[in-house]
Amino acid sequence: MERIPILKMGPFLLVTIQVDLYDRLALTLENDLINMVSKTEAKGVLIDISAVSIVDSFMGRILGNIASMSKIMDAATVVVGMQPAVAITLVELGLTLSGVHTALDVEQGMELLRNKIGHLDTDEEGLYDSFI
Amino acid sequence: MNKDTAAYLKGKKKQILETWMHNQVQDAALRDDLMSVAELQQQSEEFLSALLNAFGTPEAEDTQSAGYEPINDILSEIAISRARQGFSPRETNTYILSLKQVLSQQLEEFLSDNTALLYREILSMNSIMDSLAVIAMETYIKGREEVILRQTNEMSEISTPVIRVWEGILALPIIGTLDSARTQVVMEALLEEIVATGSRIAILDISGVPTVDSLVAQHLIKTVSAARLMGAECVISGIRAEIAQTIVHLGIDLTNIYTKASLASALKMAFSMLNIQVTRGSKQNTGF
Repeated sequence: MERIPILKMGPFLLVTIQVDLYDRLALTLENDLINMVSKTEAKGVLIDISAVSIVDSFMGRILGNIASMSKIMDAATVVVGMQPAVAITLVELGLTLSGVHTALDVEQGMELLRNKIGHLDTDEEGLYDSFI
Repeated sequence: MNKDTAAYLKGKKKQILETWMHNQVQDAALRDDLMSVAELQQQSEEFLSALLNAFGTPEAEDTQSAGYEPINDILSEIAISRARQGFSPRETNTYILSLKQVLSQQLEEFLSDNTALLYREILSMNSIMDSLAVIAMETYIKGREEVILRQTNEMSEISTPVIRVWEGILALPIIGTLDSARTQVVMEALLEEIVATGSRIAILDISGVPTVDSLVAQHLIKTVSAARLMGAECVISGIRAEIAQTIVHLGIDLTNIYTKASLASALKMAFSMLNIQVTRGSKQNTGF
């Protein structure tokens, strides 16, 4: 079965969706991603949807779900690279994804995640450093 | 129309054209600023010869018949070009109707001894010219409508420029009322520009929007939400006192949208959001 790869980059998880998301694939992604968050104790999830050109209410809900679930598990979610047409569609559908952070591209998304939890991270590293 | 009458009129073509032109040039409503007399002469001659030819056809009374096709074409062309050049409806119509007078005079001369026939011929000529005038009017209005449609399209394109005021900051001055169709254009233009320039902040300036009702506010909120989904933040600026009053009276919730009174303060806020500092240089360096 087709799966969307989830990459671990330091304290963050990176998901790049490069195919059109059908419902089952989206559900699998939600499942995999939450498991991965719990396994790696990630502090942030970055979802790149710059290649997604078609979106429906289900997909919008999945994104919202992922954000809420990650938040419960103490991970921030950033959705990056949304196409203008997709953004207009979601707004017309009444889905403003209020719990989700957004950024223009992966770079800015990473910066946003670092700002959100970065200070925490460096503190911890400093803590470990002093141990070593 | 009688065959002899049609032939007679055809023979008198030169004279008719001369009188017609003379009348038109004498007329106070002549617009020689829009069209030269030579041009008018050429147009009139073309029209007149087509018309006199059609008078000779068997179904001369019916302006929808095949014999009138060339006339209708010429007439449509004249009416449309006049609509575009800015002639008034009266001037366009007078052009056709002034020919009627000249033709009546000619008929009168030809049939002065046969009143009954003269009456019939004048009636039939009148009905032909009237229906031609109606066709001219119809085409004229169609031409004007085309002009209006084009202007409307141009206006909606011109009035939504997206300006890049700083690296990462876009400004969108909205002039005129925001309806659904315009919001769509504005929203698309803004989002495209956000992607193209990679801007993180967009300032929507509504000082040119005359009134804000709940629908306009809804459109603004939609635009802001769409930009936010893409990762850009929107600031609404140029909110006048009366607009603030209406918004509160209507119970529109703008609490989770940044609002500023002027474009300057919105720009200031954008600078602080992007961590940009603008300082005044030393006096010697300025060009003033």
